[in-house]
Amino acid sequence: MNFLAVIGRITFGFLQATGRLGVFAGTAISHMAAPPFYFRSLLQQMMTIGYYSLPVVGLTALFTGAALALNIYEGGSRFNAESALPTIVVIGIVRELGPVLCGLIVAGRVSASMAAEIGTMRVTEQIDAMSTLSTDPFKYLIAPRIVATTLMMPFMLVIVADVIGVMGGFLIATGKLGFNAGNYMSVTMDFLEIKDIYASLTKAAVFGFFISLMGCYHGYHSRGGAQGVGIATTNAVVSACMLILLSNYLVTEIFFAT
Amino acid sequence: MTDTPKISLKGLHKQFGPKIVLDSIDLDIMPGESMVIIGGSGSGKSVTLKCILGLLHPQSGSIKVDGEETIGMGRKDRKRIQEKFGMLFQGAALFDSLPVWENVTFGLLAAGKAKRREAKEIAIENLRSVGLSPDVAHLSPAELSGGMQKRVGLARAIASKPEIIFFDEPTTGLDPIMADVINELIVERVKEMGVTALTITHDMSSVRKIADKVAMIYKGNIIWSGPRNDIDNSGNAYVEQFIHGRAEGPIQMEVLKA
Ligand SMILES: Nc1ncnc2c1ncn2[C@@H]1O[C@H](COP(=O)(O)OP(=O)(O)OP(=O)(O)O)[C@@H](O)[C@H]1O
Ligand SMILES: [Mg+2]
Repeated sequence: MNFLAVIGRITFGFLQATGRLGVFAGTAISHMAAPPFYFRSLLQQMMTIGYYSLPVVGLTALFTGAALALNIYEGGSRFNAESALPTIVVIGIVRELGPVLCGLIVAGRVSASMAAEIGTMRVTEQIDAMSTLSTDPFKYLIAPRIVATTLMMPFMLVIVADVIGVMGGFLIATGKLGFNAGNYMSVTMDFLEIKDIYASLTKAAVFGFFISLMGCYHGYHSRGGAQGVGIATTNAVVSACMLILLSNYLVTEIFFAT
Repeated sequence: MTDTPKISLKGLHKQFGPKIVLDSIDLDIMPGESMVIIGGSGSGKSVTLKCILGLLHPQSGSIKVDGEETIGMGRKDRKRIQEKFGMLFQGAALFDSLPVWENVTFGLLAAGKAKRREAKEIAIENLRSVGLSPDVAHLSPAELSGGMQKRVGLARAIASKPEIIFFDEPTTGLDPIMADVINELIVERVKEMGVTALTITHDMSSVRKIADKVAMIYKGNIIWSGPRNDIDNSGNAYVEQFIHGRAEGPIQMEVLKA
């Protein structure tokens, strides 16, 4: 096949997919702004996405904070910089690891289940049935999921991940590496800036939006039975993770590039 | 009866990619009439219904409901039109995350037209009208047999008191007795509510029971239509072959012979 034709086809396919996604996102957002609102579904989603993700998010943060403290202590000791441990842990967790790891874990949990659920509803015609019952699937299914994830990521999950992550570092530092507890906490508090917290929460909200958008988009456009739903689920998780890592860089650039 | 057809299709054309499914469909359904469409598997019967409901967008042609052109309608008008319709899907398409009673009154609940307690009573009443006992109300759709699912689908389609009801293969996959029960229910509901009905079926006993008028679709066109009683002497070789279920005739099934 002609080389140029291949490049053209790939570019065209990419633009088409981006355009479709853009239209989908725009439609979803326009439906969030206009009534009717389905508060019952919203609360249900906030519960499943936020509350039920807490255990796995908490555990991830705890062990990451602990491992981070060990690494920095050992690495720092090579040039007598062990005392920087609390600072590096808190900045590393709040700015970077808390939101990103939480985002990736929630992408695996939430994007996948959204894509599978909405995808199954699509291939079994439940979404069509919903339209014939004068209920817009964008309002009933998609808007509540996107709003719930975009709110729960910053205001529940990432806050918890940040706090528990720092605590993981604290436990190892004080319990194993001989740091003084009061001193550790005051150094942590002194070095943490409000800007770090804003950055953390901004990332969380952006990731939450992409996680739910990908889950809903791939589910809504899935076709062709069980296999199609499987493909949609995989695509949702992979694309959500890619968008998280990409947007993480962009948000970091906006907040901290000098 | 008035002269404006309840539904009027003119030159309806729909293709998926290069594959033409509906070539040019012309069909008028008068108010209070029960029209049955027959035709082979894959001839585009379900696609026709989905075009009328606005779930699929035809490439060209006109669809008028109560004399009002629905193609290219905005979101608001589309919703107003959709409220006139109820549909029983080929695979029932019940919402599997909701119990039966919430399925039946989904439209009412989502539109906020009924409180949950009232809705439950309405659901039980509708279930009774399709011959299901109140204890079914709390089961999940997955716990029902195929025939029961069809009946719940029927109850859901009539719960919002539509003016027009579509039945997509209401009896396929059911034993002859259950099929007859469903046919009776349809006739009874349609007569009692005075609605306009459009039914798709392969089942000649359904046709004889339900239809006022019959139309046959073949290769994306309506090739014959007329009153039910004319069907046995239609003088149309395609119709003859179909109603007698013969393999030999003008209709060639796309089956590869070894
Ligand atoms: N969303 C779609 N994308 C692509 N092709 C489709 C789509 N929906 C239907 N088709 C094609 O349109 C044709 C007609 O489908 P349709 O579901 O209307 O058949 P039908 O007449 O209802 O058949 P059956 O009696 O088996 O239900 C089929 O060949 C199918 O492959
Ligand atoms: Mg069909």
